[in-house]
Amino acid sequence: MNMSALLNTVDAAAALPEIFLVICAMTMLMIGAFTSGNAFRLVSSLSIAALLLTITLVMANDGAKVTAFNGGFIVENFARVMKVLAIIGAAFAIILSMAFMRRIKMDRFEYPILIVMATIGMMMMISANDLISLYMGLELQSLALYVVAAINRDDAKSSEAGLKYFVLGALSSGMLLYGASLVYGFTGTTTFAGIAASLAALGSSLGIVFGLVFIMAGLAFKVSAVPFHMWTPDVYEGAPTPVTAFFAAAPKIAAIALFTRVMTGPFAAIVNDWQQIVVVISILSMALGAFAAIGQTNIKRLLAYSSIGHMGFALVGLAAGSQEGVAGIVIYMLIYMLTTIGVFACVLQMRRDGRQVETIADLAGLAKTNKGLAFILSMLMFSLAGIPPLAGFFGKLFVFMAAVKAGLWVLAVIGVLASVVGAYYYLRIIKTIYFDEPHTTFEKAEPEVRWIAIASGIFALIFVVIASPLWSLAETAAKSLY
Amino acid sequence: MSWPLLSVVTFLPLVGVAFILFAKGDDPAAECYARYAALWTTIVTFLVSLLIPLNFVNAESGFQLVEQADWLGFASYRMGIDGISMPLIMLTTFLMPICILASWYVSKRVREYMIAFLVLECLMIGVFCALDIVLFYVFFEAGLIPMFLIIGIWGGQRRVYASFKFFLYTLLGSVLMLLAIIAMYWHAGTTDIAMLLKPGTFPADMQKWLWLAFFASFAVKMPMWPVHTWLPDAHVEAPTAGSVILAAILLKMGGYGFLRFSLPMFPDASLYFQNFVYVLSVVAIVYTSLVALMQEDMKKLIAYSSVAHMGFVTMGIFSMTRQGIDGAIFQMISHGLVSGALFLCVGVIYDRMHTREIKAYGGLVSRMPIYAAIFMLFTMANVGLPGTSGFVGEFMTLLGTFQNNTWVAFFATFGVILSACYALWLYARVIYGKMEKQELAWMPDVTRREFATLAPLVVLTLYFGIYPSPILDVIGASVENLLKSVETAGLLEAARTLAMK
Repeated sequence: MNMSALLNTVDAAAALPEIFLVICAMTMLMIGAFTSGNAFRLVSSLSIAALLLTITLVMANDGAKVTAFNGGFIVENFARVMKVLAIIGAAFAIILSMAFMRRIKMDRFEYPILIVMATIGMMMMISANDLISLYMGLELQSLALYVVAAINRDDAKSSEAGLKYFVLGALSSGMLLYGASLVYGFTGTTTFAGIAASLAALGSSLGIVFGLVFIMAGLAFKVSAVPFHMWTPDVYEGAPTPVTAFFAAAPKIAAIALFTRVMTGPFAAIVNDWQQIVVVISILSMALGAFAAIGQTNIKRLLAYSSIGHMGFALVGLAAGSQEGVAGIVIYMLIYMLTTIGVFACVLQMRRDGRQVETIADLAGLAKTNKGLAFILSMLMFSLAGIPPLAGFFGKLFVFMAAVKAGLWVLAVIGVLASVVGAYYYLRIIKTIYFDEPHTTFEKAEPEVRWIAIASGIFALIFVVIASPLWSLAETAAKSLY
Repeated sequence: MSWPLLSVVTFLPLVGVAFILFAKGDDPAAECYARYAALWTTIVTFLVSLLIPLNFVNAESGFQLVEQADWLGFASYRMGIDGISMPLIMLTTFLMPICILASWYVSKRVREYMIAFLVLECLMIGVFCALDIVLFYVFFEAGLIPMFLIIGIWGGQRRVYASFKFFLYTLLGSVLMLLAIIAMYWHAGTTDIAMLLKPGTFPADMQKWLWLAFFASFAVKMPMWPVHTWLPDAHVEAPTAGSVILAAILLKMGGYGFLRFSLPMFPDASLYFQNFVYVLSVVAIVYTSLVALMQEDMKKLIAYSSVAHMGFVTMGIFSMTRQGIDGAIFQMISHGLVSGALFLCVGVIYDRMHTREIKAYGGLVSRMPIYAAIFMLFTMANVGLPGTSGFVGEFMTLLGTFQNNTWVAFFATFGVILSACYALWLYARVIYGKMEKQELAWMPDVTRREFATLAPLVVLTLYFGIYPSPILDVIGASVENLLKSVETAGLLEAARTLAMK
């Protein structure tokens, strides 16, 4: 293999957004290192601009399916949609962080760059078409995330969150690698296309199933699906709130996208072997997300369990193992990401006496002290609970449509029942906001935080009107995978 | 019609919401503005909705005033009405101004209160207009949000408990219906209600599952025994206008659902489960009437009597006879007027005394003669006295059921007697007797505002009691059509069994 084969123009064109973002990250690192004074604000703004430019680069690509780097990297509509979603999540997270990080005196320029790095990792994950590039993307993302989780190093909880995430993350990476090596051993190739061809020809074997299970365990860790969810509540609670917002939004999209690609691509031929596993982790996630959240008093912990539940719902689409299912996942993640960012923008506004407050009881009577925030947060909660006509309902509708079509009745029934249980704790927050007597008011938040919350609330409200184009987008994305 | 009348009527209340939102502030002026904005919006909505019966052709059995637009790809925005939904829409638009007027002196968060009611009106009309099952579901479920807030914010002592119970109970029933809707879509390839209504769309064994899923939702909404327990709690804690809406319209969505979906779409299953529904209905009629007898809270008593009256509706619907279904629809309209009025009556004295306990009252007739007369009328209508609308509905459902199952009709008739017991006893304890309590002595009679809320209901209760044909004419063709599809199913079933032999 010579140099020209490694870096021809087709490859470069396919990976142009990633390459561009890497260059941006490096340049910003230089800018940060050589600027006298604090470059946090400058680098943050630059990274938002870089992310936005990357979105246009991702979208500039036409819809064709392109593989590059000897089949290790793939770009098609599915990858493009998921990348745009992940980048949007990352950009929102940086915007939410700017004022917050300054306030806790953690305004270091490395922070936005780490998020950009993690985003590059996510884009690699989404486009991974080979077990090696899969692992590369995953680790690039994870390493950046470990550091970001512990960014508030003087805070014991934040350090604990980072450490826990690192130890468990390393374990899951190990499992994934082990699984990947087994799959390589039994199929003789690491490319997804090769694995798919081999499995289609030879069918499943015990070694393959073993490898598959280990790979799934690693991926389930990344999407924080039960039983690999233990890190989630601690990391969500411990990490600074904007970091939690980032964790809840962008990496989940990349991980679900990767999960979907691995299951529907290389392992498509042995769908019967993995479908049951996905059904089980989906049911467990939905149930645990619903029941464990009931007892929470800290809103960030509650949102952690809520996100576990939501990943369960997204996996319902994957369990269907069909094109409708993938479309359901895409639309579900889109809605989940945009509403979750909004919820965290609301949580960030919970600040009184110069301190961030985090318990649900702190929201008491918000409807009297801050009507706008109360309304937005309640609508987002109804949306997360999946009550029509808000956005969250449609996400659930589409994944359950796929599940019913695939005949997964048990999954569907347990899923909708879990959503009823889940509705209870979302309602509890709304109850606190609207029915309880007020505390003192919150301090007025920065305009960018307020605007993100408002935009997210509007999205949740008007999704019912704009559903059609978004749904066809999801369908095109799903089609490109099949 | 060149313009989309149904959409206009459905979404007109949201215009009022916009008006209220534009007026900022919490001062009394803004509150007053919100009240008037809500009142005028509901009145205008009612006036515009009067165009619906004017453009409605009674002889037409299919859907009328149909509108269609693209929406979700697989499901579309489709609105239309027939004889079954039209009276319910009119009931909704008619009752809303009354509800707003009845809540004129709500003092807590007036703007939010009015907004919640206007949004609720939009969603309720949407439920009855929707001709696409997904759209129907969206309207049906979305109504939970404003109602949850109405009970929870403006309710009584145990409002939080009641609002949660209301929300979760109803949601639990509905999610199963959602799965059934999805299954119907994959089976029939469409979500258009008119297409799904074609006889023979669903095979008999699939119908049973779908029927049960829809039943879970509508039985809770209706509510039928034994899933009625959320209703007394919700009624007791809700503010007066909330109770009126709940009793008069939200409960009717259950009956409407049975008529729109369960019966015509799953006729084989409906026949199969007929006795099951009969048993539940009769238990509801007799048992909840007995429960109502022992209540000490006025609102709770009326709530239980609502459950009993809804038992007549389900019984009539599943008798699958012309009189039974006609009577069931009539009973729904009549119950909407009468129970709404009864809650308003309770609201009148509750506003004065701030208690709903029957024991706290007595001898009101000497201080409030007009009130006593109005209350008397609605009590009689609740009992089903001939000459009031309550009689027509109960009589027809019993008549229809009698042709089909004599024993069921026989037991259900006890409900009429029992309703006389609890309603008259309530009346006697509250209105008659000696006025012994000092606090009651100052009670003024109904004010002009209260009279204005009750008078239209008095007129309609008597009018439909004496001359029911305006409603029966409207529903006639559609009920005929409905029965035809049920009969076709019966014939298909018979043919199938013949072929098997």
